[in-house]
Amino acid sequence: MPAQLTILSGKGGTGKTTVAASFFKLAGSAVAADCDVDAPNLHLLLEPTLLEHEPFEGGMVARIDPDECVQCNLCEESCSFGAIRNLEVDPFSCEGCGVCELVCSEGAAKLVPETTGEVFVSETRFGPLAHALLRPGGEASGKLVTRVKEVASRLAGERGPDLILVDGSPGIGCPVIASVAGSDLILAVTEPTLSGLWGLERIHGVARHFGVELAVCINKCDINPEMAEQILRYCSESALSVVGEIPFDKKVNRATMNGEVLVERYGGPAANAMRSLWEDAMALLESNKARK
Amino acid sequence: MIISVASGKGGTGKTTVATNMAWAASSLEPVTFLDCDVEEPDSHFYLKPEWSDEEDVCLPAPVVDSSRCDGCGRCAEFCRYNALAAIKGDVLVFQGLCHGCGGCALACPLKCITYADKRIGVVREGARGGVRLYQGLLQIGEPVAVPVIKQVKERRAADGLALIDCPPGTGCPMVNAIRGSDYCLLVTEPSPFGRHDLDLAHRAALELGIPHGVLVNRSSGDDGIIYEYCAGEGLKVLGRIPFSRGAAEACSRGVVLAETGEAWAWLFLGILEGVREECRLSLPS
Repeated sequence: MPAQLTILSGKGGTGKTTVAASFFKLAGSAVAADCDVDAPNLHLLLEPTLLEHEPFEGGMVARIDPDECVQCNLCEESCSFGAIRNLEVDPFSCEGCGVCELVCSEGAAKLVPETTGEVFVSETRFGPLAHALLRPGGEASGKLVTRVKEVASRLAGERGPDLILVDGSPGIGCPVIASVAGSDLILAVTEPTLSGLWGLERIHGVARHFGVELAVCINKCDINPEMAEQILRYCSESALSVVGEIPFDKKVNRATMNGEVLVERYGGPAANAMRSLWEDAMALLESNKARK
Repeated sequence: MIISVASGKGGTGKTTVATNMAWAASSLEPVTFLDCDVEEPDSHFYLKPEWSDEEDVCLPAPVVDSSRCDGCGRCAEFCRYNALAAIKGDVLVFQGLCHGCGGCALACPLKCITYADKRIGVVREGARGGVRLYQGLLQIGEPVAVPVIKQVKERRAADGLALIDCPPGTGCPMVNAIRGSDYCLLVTEPSPFGRHDLDLAHRAALELGIPHGVLVNRSSGDDGIIYEYCAGEGLKVLGRIPFSRGAAEACSRGVVLAETGEAWAWLFLGILEGVREECRLSLPS
């Protein structure tokens, strides 16, 4: 079984994708899985060549056949999501539960499969990339994340890498929980702001809830040294390993602007810190695996 | 008037923009701030409200009366979220997976399923100055954010200005947050990530038929990458916020920029005025 390192943050925009892309390069041999399925960015740095794509039927959506409907309104009254109004289904509110189908005596309300996104496999200069795109407001982002991870595992099996790098989404909800499942280590990327620390605390809660070890990286650590200090204190009180501190460096922005991977083309303080972050994160992952 | 502040990409400055607009506008009219980024709500760091109330957000979760259940498994068969499983004549409930549709009780031939409220989060209420804040907070380990978002939105006052701070992305939490707003302000940053996710957010707003425009945060002065995209899509850019390390540092401590100087206050009032103007233009004549 390949090891799974999952990069998360709680708060958005702290640098998950920047770290993931650099790790992909430094790994030499790995499969990357972009699990931020409703705002995926990793492919933008990797010049991917599309190998495969498949539609993703994430769930079901209700349809009401007006020819069969006798306008009894039972479906509308029974829907817990307020998704049926005047016998029309609002696809953004419908959660595909099937209660309307159950209560409809005429067989007019029916669930039909709904394509809510697409799953892709691409080749990149660092290795294979599994990624996806959810339709706006698409149901079942968690299921789509699980599908991307299945595809990544398959690719690892076929090609041989023993590491899957998961670039996760912000937040703590359904897609994040799906990406945490099966992780050997979570790397939380935070920043020295009040929101960054709060996001770290929340994602740490998720890691604890699901029993996955979490290590911390502080990005742009010198933007607010006092806040960085507070984050370090939180980590030490919570017995969390801090595996890296990346200083603010304009080269990070320049690399992103050019669609480049920081450690591939650039030197400087942030790139150096990224390399040592990679080594420390890998050491932690290895020692966890050895313990298991 | 309801303005939602959204982005696609996380960390582009939604909360910074929304809290500053709220603060700047509150000298002119009452403002309701609806923090719908319920997975990572952080508006309170900026608005520093005096909290006055907290209410649970609950979903009905099934409870099976095991003394009457004969283990037929119809409930588990019906449930599309796998929240129930019938194993050897027993029914197990996985409450975390339940969406609260109520179908299992309808499907049970013995009518032995009832519902008990399960807390999935809270809505907190607070105020400071002329801003009233309602903030949703999803409980750790709970996957479904939308019911909390809906509860926050129900608290909107009938009049005055309402600002909705949205979750990132373009999935169901974001779509449910921006729905019903008069205008959606899409905050982006001049980078390939910013442009890519702006495109996704633009499509989501189009699909919902919500008038929307763009605000460039951390402007480098150039911003061609965003302007080019917006020109191609016929999207209006309503303003730019210059990048400064000083401002970034202030925001990291939860400082509301509009409070620190008139120039900042005018910048955000200008953006608000731009939104109002756009709304006037988008009204059918």
